[in-house]
Amino acid sequence: MIRESQIMKIHYVTGIAALFVVAVHIIMRLIMPFNMSLNYTNVIANYHNIPYALLLESILILIAIHGFNGLRIILLELRQNTFWERGVTFFTLAAMISVIAYGTRTIILASGL
Amino acid sequence: MSLEENKKPTEQNEKKPPKEILLRVFRDNRQKEDNSGHRYDTFKVSTQRWTTVLDALLHVKSYQDSSIGIRYSCRMASCGSCGMKINGIPRLACYTKISELQGDTITCEPLANFPHIRDLVTDFSQFFTHHKEMQPYIHNDMSEISDMKKLSEFKQSPEDVDKYLQFSYCIKCGLCYSACPTVATDTKFPGPQAISQAYRYVADTRDNSTKQRLKIVDDRHGVWRCHFAGSCSSVCPKGVDPALGIQLLRGHLLSFSKNEKKIAQLQDRSKNSEI
Repeated sequence: MIRESQIMKIHYVTGIAALFVVAVHIIMRLIMPFNMSLNYTNVIANYHNIPYALLLESILILIAIHGFNGLRIILLELRQNTFWERGVTFFTLAAMISVIAYGTRTIILASGL
Repeated sequence: MSLEENKKPTEQNEKKPPKEILLRVFRDNRQKEDNSGHRYDTFKVSTQRWTTVLDALLHVKSYQDSSIGIRYSCRMASCGSCGMKINGIPRLACYTKISELQGDTITCEPLANFPHIRDLVTDFSQFFTHHKEMQPYIHNDMSEISDMKKLSEFKQSPEDVDKYLQFSYCIKCGLCYSACPTVATDTKFPGPQAISQAYRYVADTRDNSTKQRLKIVDDRHGVWRCHFAGSCSSVCPKGVDPALGIQLLRGHLLSFSKNEKKIAQLQDRSKNSEI
């Protein structure tokens, strides 16, 4: 079974990596006026740009892993019994996979691949 | 300076009149049948500059209300028995002078995060269970007394001792455990005292079961659940920094720290092979 230190290594690495990719994402938003960047055609054009779509996918994966593990840590502190701990672990894992799957589907559909 | 001059009262030598304070003491007994809840009893106590909270409480117990439940022993911050919340902060009653507290009313309450027994007395069994879980003793085949042939002295340089010395000053008073916000919500969290003791033995070059100890603290409710509030270090009466111990232990688990024990073992081996 995976040890807590290994989970926390993943947690820290995804957190730091997410900082960089989100910074790139924000900078990309600022190359044009913010209102224009949210324009429908611009958004679709972004998705059609494969490197940018990959950047969005990496943001999705990194933040989903980091965020849902953070939620697991918070929920583990609320109650201490085996049923709760297993439930929290399975729930956060399932939620993380669902969010990544749904987000990936959106990125793939919007990019027209 | 002549003897006469020496006798003249200076500002420092002048004997100040006793100051009267109000001592509010938490009163409750979990074993009583009527379950009427807790109350605070107030006592007037005359104090001097050097009077400690424990002195005041014992004065009250001797002359005003003998039924106050309080645990104490050494009266010199060595045994760690008289831990309690004084004006809301976990402190040792024998180590806290009334003159250093602000205000004329001093509130004494039992330590938080410990099961309450009576008045100012709390149950330390869970705290000591966490402490024992960390195996707070040196693991080394060479220290096995049953095999006299194997027994040998352990050499440690002053630098080696410095790595764990401050953590060995812990008197197990439970103040850090009481101040810890994680312990307040997570009962399985060993607490700053136990984790810093684990670090104390991990950092000790005489001990050779680092892996075993790291496995104990590398748990779902182990070292990773510390929020690094730092309140454990700020309340410690012996100057121990449990928060530092926890962070150093995390460094070991993340392989950020140098494995000094392994380096020392390799150096020893190479020295022996040279001989």
